[in-house]
Order: sequence, then C-alpha cells, then structure tokens
Amino acid sequence: MTALAALIRRDIRIALRVGGGALIGVLFFLTVVVLMPFAVGPDLALLSRLGPAILWLGALLASLLTLDRLFMADHEDGSLDLITMSRTPLELACAAKALAHWLAAGLPLIVATPVLGLLLNLDMVATGAVALTLLAGTPALTFTGMIGAALAVTLHRGGLLMAVLVLPLSIPVLIFGVAASQAAITGPSSFGAPFSILCALSLVSLVIGPFAAAASLKHGLD
Amino acid sequence: MNGLVPGQMQLSGRGVICVRGGREVFSGLDFEAVSGEAVAVTGRNGSGKTSLLRLIAGLLIPAGGTIVLDGGDADMTLPEQCHYLGHRDALKSALSVAENLAFWADFLGGQRFDAAESLAAVGLEHAADLPAAFLSAGQRRRLSLARLLTVRRPVWLLDEPTNALDAAGQDMFGGLMRDHLARGGLIIAATHAPLGIESRELRIGGTA
Repeated sequence: MTALAALIRRDIRIALRVGGGALIGVLFFLTVVVLMPFAVGPDLALLSRLGPAILWLGALLASLLTLDRLFMADHEDGSLDLITMSRTPLELACAAKALAHWLAAGLPLIVATPVLGLLLNLDMVATGAVALTLLAGTPALTFTGMIGAALAVTLHRGGLLMAVLVLPLSIPVLIFGVAASQAAITGPSSFGAPFSILCALSLVSLVIGPFAAAASLKHGLD
Repeated sequence: MNGLVPGQMQLSGRGVICVRGGREVFSGLDFEAVSGEAVAVTGRNGSGKTSLLRLIAGLLIPAGGTIVLDGGDADMTLPEQCHYLGHRDALKSALSVAENLAFWADFLGGQRFDAAESLAAVGLEHAADLPAAFLSAGQRRRLSLARLLTVRRPVWLLDEPTNALDAAGQDMFGGLMRDHLARGGLIIAATHAPLGIESRELRIGGTA
C-alpha cells in the first residue's frame, strides 16, 4: 500500500508543479469553452441548449491532452523499468497512476465546470447536472485512455496516435454523459437510466483499463 | 543446491538465448556469480551487454535458457531482488533530490536505510532540496547510486556505471561496490572502462 500511495503522491506532485499537466488541462478546457460562444454566436437559447455538449467535449479533449504522457514520461526516464521490476503488481501500479492522473487532471475540470456553465448561460440545475455526469464519467475517460497511453509506449508513438486510438473508445461515455445532462435539464426522459449506464461504463473501465494497460506494457518490454 | 553455504547466493544462467527485433544477439550463454563477487560483462558495441542485464532484471524475456538465483529470498522473484541501474536514471526533474530518493525508497519498499546518509555517501548532501532538473549528469548518476544504498538489494545490475562520474566519483563508487560485496551482495556490471574493483570478466560475442 505504501508503494501505491507513494506513486500516487509523486504523480500528483509532478502534475501540480510548474509545467505539470493539471493547470494546462484546466486552461485548455477554459479556452475551448470560451471559444464556443464566439463560433456559435450570441444566441443565449442556443448556447444553453448546446452547453452540456460543449462542456463534455471540452472535458474530453482536456483530459486527453495530458494523458499521452501518463506512461511515456516514465518510459523515457527509465522509471517504468523499475516499476515493472518491483513487487507491486503492474496492474495495480497502472491503476494508481490513472487514479493520480484523474485526481490531478480530471477533478479540476469538474471544479471548473460551474464557472464555465455561467459562460454558456446554464442555470444552477443544469450546471449541477453536468458536473455530476462529469464526476461519474471522467474516470471512464481516464481509465480507457490509459490503454491508449500504454499502447503509445509499446508502439513507440506518442501524441496523435493515442488520440486516434482513444477517442472512438470514449464515444459511449460521451453519448450517455450528454444524454444524462440533457435529461436532467429538459426532460422528459429520465435522468436515472443514462446516468446509471455512465456509472457502469466507469466501473467497467476501472476493471478493464489497468489489466489491458499492464498487458500492453508487459508485451512491449524491450 | 550444489552445496552453497547458508546465506550465500548464486546467480547462474544456463544456455541463455537473447533475440531482439528478430535477430539473435547471443545464444548459449552460461554465466554464474556468487555472493561477494563482481562480474564485468564486456564485449563490443551491440554484443548484448545491456540485453543480458535486462534479461536478468526480467525486463526482457529470454528466447531460451534459464536464469536463477539460488539462496536468495524464497518469497521474492529474481527481479525483485535486483537493483537495475540503466542508461536512464529514473529521476523526475520536477522533484527535488530528496523527493526523488524518498519516492523510490517508499515505492521499492523492503529494508530501508537513512536517505540523508545515502546522499552523504554519494556526496550530494548539500543538494538535497535542489530540483533534479539542475543536477549535472554526474550528479544524476550519484543520485541513482544513492537509491541502491537506501534500499538494500543483494543483486546490483549496473550498466556502464562509471559513465559521467569524475575521478573522485569513481573512487567513491569503487568503495560503495566493495562495501556491497563485503555484505554478501553480488554485482553484474556491463562496462568498457575498468570497474575499479577486482572482478571476473564475462566476455560476450567472441573477441573484438
């Protein structure tokens, strides 16, 4: 346990230091959302109708932005070798790294959502609904994205390859995330059904992600 | 097995075959090392010195043959009893020297020694709060060595360990290796330069 706690602490600390991923993700999220009204125009009704989708897309892109470094940085400086050799099962180490990434890069997005909701003319209920669906859905984005991050190390290709691999996997999360937010705002369909599926997607990815990522990293040993 | 004194370990490889990228790097390699012994792996560039260390560390899968450690901790696998000091130093530039060392001590676990003493032993005690980004290549290598002192493991796998170390650093490192061997550890080092301690040579891939 101390080993996993140490790994989580280290990754969060690095993300919060200057040049780390946490702040960049939030700033990117902010930029994407601020740009939208300029592109869509000053139609308040349209903005509030598109609001949940814009927030979800922004969060999706922002969480991808820093995810490709998840294993690549450790691979480049040799840390991954030592993590692989250690007593800690690689699956648990992968899960710890993804959790740290979510705490440092995913949680700030959710905290920023109410502020950004104001920019999109969303009322309190709508903003709350989007924040709640993001809280339930972003772990799925991180834990499926982790598979792509591990493949990027195995295949020695970073960046764009990972986005191409991961974005299709995140389609179900996006569909049910936006569906649940819309249901809470406009009705008439129930909020519960899509929200439950969203939670299920997160739970499934929590189980599959670490094993798939660890399998990929072990396969790519060299 | 083969009459080892209690507390003594033997690392041995039999008929080890290494294939990388579809090319056979070496095959039928036999080697052994016992407690208190240093083996210097030599050979020309590309002969598979680093590959051999990574095979022992479990970071490569041998295409054939076996590598076993007799007399070690039965609860632990061979890689878990090894320290691997590779070309890449496993340091995070954003963290301070002390934080880097503390992380590896916490993560690797096991018997732990005072980090400040280890830093003093490698001559980095004045730099403990400095971010690792500001360290020179030699200082980074010294910090990696401090990891081997803070967390004790019986087998040291060293890849070109004296690279980037100045003359004083090499003397210091020689002393550390002698201490490690005296405690019953064993060392496998891939090297071009003389190790600076008494060692047995294992030559890979014929004569240069």
